[in-house]
Amino acid sequence: MTDQRIKPVVMPKWGLAMEEGKVTGWLKRPGDRIAVGEEIVEVETDKIAGVVEASEAGVLRRAIGEVDTVYPVKALIGVVADADVPEEEIDAYVAGYVTPSADEAGEEEAGPTYEFVETPAGRLRYARRGEGAETIVLVHGFGGDLDNWLFNIDALADKATVYALDLPGHGQSAKAMPEGGVEGLARALLGFMDALSIERAHLVGHSMGGAVSTLAANAAPGRARSLTLIGSAGLGEEINAGYIAGFVSAASRRELKPVVEQLFADPSLVSRQLVEDLLRYKRLDGVSAALEALSGAFLADGRQKTLVASSLAALDIPVLVVWGAEDRIIPAAHAEALNGRAKAEVIPGAGHMVQMEKASRVNELIGAHVTG
Amino acid sequence: MARKISMKQAINEALDLEMRRDPAVIVMGEDIVGGAGSPGEEDAWGGVLGVTKGLHAKYPGRLLDTPLSESAYIGAAIGAAACGMRPVAELMFLDFMGVCFDQILNQAAKFKYMFGGKAKTPVVIRAMVGAGFRAAAQHSQMLTPVFTHVPGLKVVCPSNAYDAKGLLIQAIRDDDPVIFCEHKNLYGHEADVPEEAYAIPFGEAAVVREGKDVTIVSYGLTVHRALEAAERLAKERIEAEVIDLRTLSPIDWDTVLESVETTGRLVVVDEANPRCSIATDVAAHVVQEAFGALKAAPQMVTAPHTPVPFSPVLEDLYIPTADAITAAVSKIAPRAMAA
Repeated sequence: MTDQRIKPVVMPKWGLAMEEGKVTGWLKRPGDRIAVGEEIVEVETDKIAGVVEASEAGVLRRAIGEVDTVYPVKALIGVVADADVPEEEIDAYVAGYVTPSADEAGEEEAGPTYEFVETPAGRLRYARRGEGAETIVLVHGFGGDLDNWLFNIDALADKATVYALDLPGHGQSAKAMPEGGVEGLARALLGFMDALSIERAHLVGHSMGGAVSTLAANAAPGRARSLTLIGSAGLGEEINAGYIAGFVSAASRRELKPVVEQLFADPSLVSRQLVEDLLRYKRLDGVSAALEALSGAFLADGRQKTLVASSLAALDIPVLVVWGAEDRIIPAAHAEALNGRAKAEVIPGAGHMVQMEKASRVNELIGAHVTG
Repeated sequence: MARKISMKQAINEALDLEMRRDPAVIVMGEDIVGGAGSPGEEDAWGGVLGVTKGLHAKYPGRLLDTPLSESAYIGAAIGAAACGMRPVAELMFLDFMGVCFDQILNQAAKFKYMFGGKAKTPVVIRAMVGAGFRAAAQHSQMLTPVFTHVPGLKVVCPSNAYDAKGLLIQAIRDDDPVIFCEHKNLYGHEADVPEEAYAIPFGEAAVVREGKDVTIVSYGLTVHRALEAAERLAKERIEAEVIDLRTLSPIDWDTVLESVETTGRLVVVDEANPRCSIATDVAAHVVQEAFGALKAAPQMVTAPHTPVPFSPVLEDLYIPTADAITAAVSKIAPRAMAA
């Protein structure tokens, strides 16, 4: 019975490729009381640094993970339990904990591999998680890919069937950019939903993906059950055009790193591997042309020209707007653009990649939005 | 989509994709199809170690088996490049450059300069380099510095399958002559490689490991030895940054200098012989440009100044080892770190 009062804090699995992570610092000390969602321990992977948050309340009884030490995914790095659980039981729990092997963990998660689907916009890559009755489709932004939802897709899979795709020209999808810029991508999103027989879905769009999702919801009334717009494009004219130009032109690690650092409130989150992965994408034949065509289609004189805010008024679906207060790409002031039409939440301490930097808060907001 | 393939497969794939994309790309060399007397296309060898296997059947007439005369076919490839083709000539072992060096040194490398920038020479000369293959003194040398000495030549030496594919595609698309050095002991080495075509720009080193205490600069096979040394050093709380130069001409000085400016310590690892080598070049440049940042004398870990031995015992001692690299780092790491 005691097992249910003792909750393990384990090395998380952020993304398919993660096999181990390094504990870089404890934000709580043994004896501290912890509420759900509070940050407990900092962890760094070869892709990105992040924070493990409490999924259940209690007292931090053991901080096992040593700083600067690497642990496999699901290894026990801490123990949370109620204050009245005896010390001996905690010790027995720690002594008896067996880290599931990578293979077992993989089986539990039921085939979390990437898949591909043929659509009118070409072959698109996607990931699918969860089995819920509701469906969520996650749509990344300019130059991004489905791994931008690394910290979200598994958490949301508890509530719904979640899809995350690589838009045309992005990630490992076909590199040919459909005609019509952002509108073309909105048609590609609907084509993706058709190909997978997704009749209706909650669309969650980040940055340019917010404008793509809004245009798709408009073009096919009834297909979108709700919209969640995160740091979204299309809600105002201001944009950091220097970022877009820098991202398109950067061909080396030294050029790209300072550009990508602008995406985060905490630039130290940008690891060597994150920059390397972006360079590997940008080097693929066809990517430069796709990014140049796309940025040319949605920017004019350094301002956004695909504006979707007014079209939202006509849509009879719930809209949630989420922003990082320290967004250096699209100003957080745009969160107020919808002025009563949407719930708006501006999250402090986060930049443009708010869904990565404050993942659990964003997951909570999306979860409540799609179930409420 | 990325999947794991060997460096040999990655090179084959780069040739395949570029031959498909551009009809001007042809491949020339000794036995690259299967050689005279080969019983048929299906079981043709595809070069001495099978790197070009399967391409002849896909691109009939565009893989040319040449006579055993490097001076003839390297010269022919350079001439074809000057006339609009994009030949990839396989020199089998870089050690064989002696008999065709005039074509490379005095012709290919000079055309652009002597014809006032009007001539292009988009030829790639692929060749195996390096020791450890029990192939004795005439098939095992790391002759990269001979080519970096010559202005007008680009010199590439990848350490892994991903880089090999992207650098070879860049080499084929490049309008200048490129000497593409393939370490024969890396042919079986596997890495994640996308199926699609991609080009890695020249003059862009890779930081393959980040660290703050010492910079280890290398290329080719010894990058892996440097990484092995860095893993060991990490256990002694010495964090080594490992830089893979990838291309030796042009060379990415900025990445090397930025790193040394942070770490203050430099170890260069080069499989070439020690005199006038990549190691001496990097060490000298860093001393000249970042003397103020250095906290200790740069160290060079290289092959000895001898031919590559045929004795397996001696050959294993010839290539810089992780032990030798660790020892070089320990020599300049402060006591506090080593303790």
